Amino acid sequence: MATTAVETGPDFYHEPSARKGLRGWIFSTDHKRIGILYGVTMMVFFTVAVIIGLLIRLELLYPGKTIVDPQTYNTFFTLHGIMMIFLFIIPGLPAVFGNFLLPIMIGAKDVFFPRLNLLSWWLFLAGGVLALVSLALPGGPADTGWTFYVPYSVRTTTNVLPALMAAFILGFSSILTGLNFITTIHRMRAPGMDWFRMPLFTWSLYATGWIQILATPIIGITLLLVAIERWFGVGIFDPALGGDPVLYQHLFWIYSHPAVYIMVLPGLGVVSEILPVFARRTIFGYKFIAYSSLAIAFIGSLVWAHHMFTVGMSDTGMFIFSFLTFLVSIPSAIKVFNWIATLYKGSIDPDVPLLYVLSMIVQFCIGGFTGLLLGTLAVNIHVQDTYFVVGHFHYVMFGGTGFALFAALHYWFPKMFGRMYAKRPAIVAWLLATIGFNLLYFPMFFLGYLGMPRRYYDYLPEYTIYHQISTVGSWVLALGLLVMVVNLIVALRKGAKASANPWGSKTLEWTVASPPPMENFHEIPVVTKGPYDYSEYERPHETK
Amino acid sequence: MKPSESAVHAGHHHRDDTGSKIGMWLFLFTELILFGGMFLAYAVYRLQYPNEFKLAAIELDALVGTVNTIILLTSSLTVALSITAIQEGKKHLAQIMLGMTQVLALAFLVNKYFEWSHKFEVGLFPQSDVLLSKPPGEIIYFGLYYVMTGLHAVHVIIGMAILAVMMGFIASGRIAKDNAVRLELGGLYWHLVDIIWIFLFPLFYLIH
Repeated sequence: MATTAVETGPDFYHEPSARKGLRGWIFSTDHKRIGILYGVTMMVFFTVAVIIGLLIRLELLYPGKTIVDPQTYNTFFTLHGIMMIFLFIIPGLPAVFGNFLLPIMIGAKDVFFPRLNLLSWWLFLAGGVLALVSLALPGGPADTGWTFYVPYSVRTTTNVLPALMAAFILGFSSILTGLNFITTIHRMRAPGMDWFRMPLFTWSLYATGWIQILATPIIGITLLLVAIERWFGVGIFDPALGGDPVLYQHLFWIYSHPAVYIMVLPGLGVVSEILPVFARRTIFGYKFIAYSSLAIAFIGSLVWAHHMFTVGMSDTGMFIFSFLTFLVSIPSAIKVFNWIATLYKGSIDPDVPLLYVLSMIVQFCIGGFTGLLLGTLAVNIHVQDTYFVVGHFHYVMFGGTGFALFAALHYWFPKMFGRMYAKRPAIVAWLLATIGFNLLYFPMFFLGYLGMPRRYYDYLPEYTIYHQISTVGSWVLALGLLVMVVNLIVALRKGAKASANPWGSKTLEWTVASPPPMENFHEIPVVTKGPYDYSEYERPHETK
Repeated sequence: MKPSESAVHAGHHHRDDTGSKIGMWLFLFTELILFGGMFLAYAVYRLQYPNEFKLAAIELDALVGTVNTIILLTSSLTVALSITAIQEGKKHLAQIMLGMTQVLALAFLVNKYFEWSHKFEVGLFPQSDVLLSKPPGEIIYFGLYYVMTGLHAVHVIIGMAILAVMMGFIASGRIAKDNAVRLELGGLYWHLVDIIWIFLFPLFYLIH
């Protein structure tokens, strides 16, 4: 892409001018260190949330009580949701990989507002700690589900307030990250890095940034109103005082539906980044992929009420929201078609990142198609609030974004840490994770279709077999994650040194050393080509 | 691109005023949308309880609202004047203008304090017996009134803190004739506080 020789000198871990020890990390404004900080904190929250998830599945192994009582179960699914959504999957790709890579990918030395970036991490930490503290406070953890629906969230005596405040603070952190990335992309691209030479991961972060800015304040004010309702009883959401609980649901989903695109868009960007590298082929339909991110961000902001088809809405409203829901599948499908077309006639190298990406594409498609079923008015009435929704959501979020995150981890690991991991255990982990994931979530479609409601503590005996397959799947998946994490931790200490560009990639982050030096580039590169120029691998008649 | 000395000193490798302003405008969008959620709630309930909103609005004193509107608009003027002053190198004048802004902001809050305490005296506050005996639309009206003007008052206080920091920056020379972008951004925030009030004022005090 650019003709810079790989520089030698200390990397950002060993920069002599940096502050020493822990202070050199928690007060560092270097985007790479902040990215790693996010990664470490997020791992902690993710581990806690995974364990809670495993406990939920264990409880559902048999009908009736298995390990915990109903109240504990309610707090389990609430915390699993809050932590996975607000502490892992929303900040996951942008905060860890976006922070680490975005400036390098566009040829900049840092993000536009480095100190604001550090503040974002501190807010993230504060929100996460608050969520954890709410577990230990008297009153017990929140039991409302991650959606905090009124009027229950106003009346329950559990620690809803700390959980609300945690989500509010995390929203602030998310807004600042989005704002920072948009400004960075507008103002700090290297010479020659025009909009259509930007890597597609950058495009997806750009679209994500806009949703973060435009949607997050709505959840901020909504959660604040619930808190005010609890403190002062002003009545805005309280039907006893004339308020309307359905208005809460609208306000909640005006944010929370676009939020699922905050979660998934960077994942789609990662796929677009990894596919051309391992197919040794220029990405097919670059502009369509870039624009489809913006289209998803735009249309995705107008579909929120499809979460509320059963709460009471005019027929016209339902038709419009159903139609828009179908419409948003088009840009998503455009991406998938372009990915497949990129693989077609490529020289495919099935290395670990690509394996995760392939799982992701299949699972994302299953999640997407079941999403269309949910957006169909008649079907929706049947499966609303059942395990079908749980299956759909996890297929998109975990099967899609989660696997994209694992792909990103295996793809950029050598760049971030300067070491290679062992391939065989990584492939075993991928296989276990993929099998476990599908065992865990596919039976949920059947369960939902047969009428098993979500969030229920108990179930009828005829559902037992599906729940048991699902629970066994959760163990296989957890084993896969364990193998993956152990393999990567071993690689941190014992892995072979990684070269600057182990995969033969073409984007800018691979032109600097692994790990990158403190200010990324000693001299800002001049960009002359697009990000995925693999023409040397393609035979002449194929490039036409 | 040659980094200026002061910018490097401040920990930045570049100085890009346009970029700083883009960042600030994006932040102001988020503030607008934060209030937008409440304007939406207001619109929904106004449609649901049109008559009760009219009745409740009579309780508010349009004169107090008008005085506060004039105070806030004038404070926006003084902020704008302080920016012009610093751009012309008149440091002292800029400080006086910002000082006036602080005084006006304080006057706004004092006015607000008396307005709220009067409401409390006649028993119009959330969960009071007087208010609970009224029809639901009026309860919602006063709920919205306290939440929206209260959140706006919080923003006035944040704005005052920001402008106080700016006064410190002018005193220490970090804001100067050729480097006034921080004050401009602070001014933008103050104008936002102002413009939100411009919408709150008719919605609560004028529409009957």
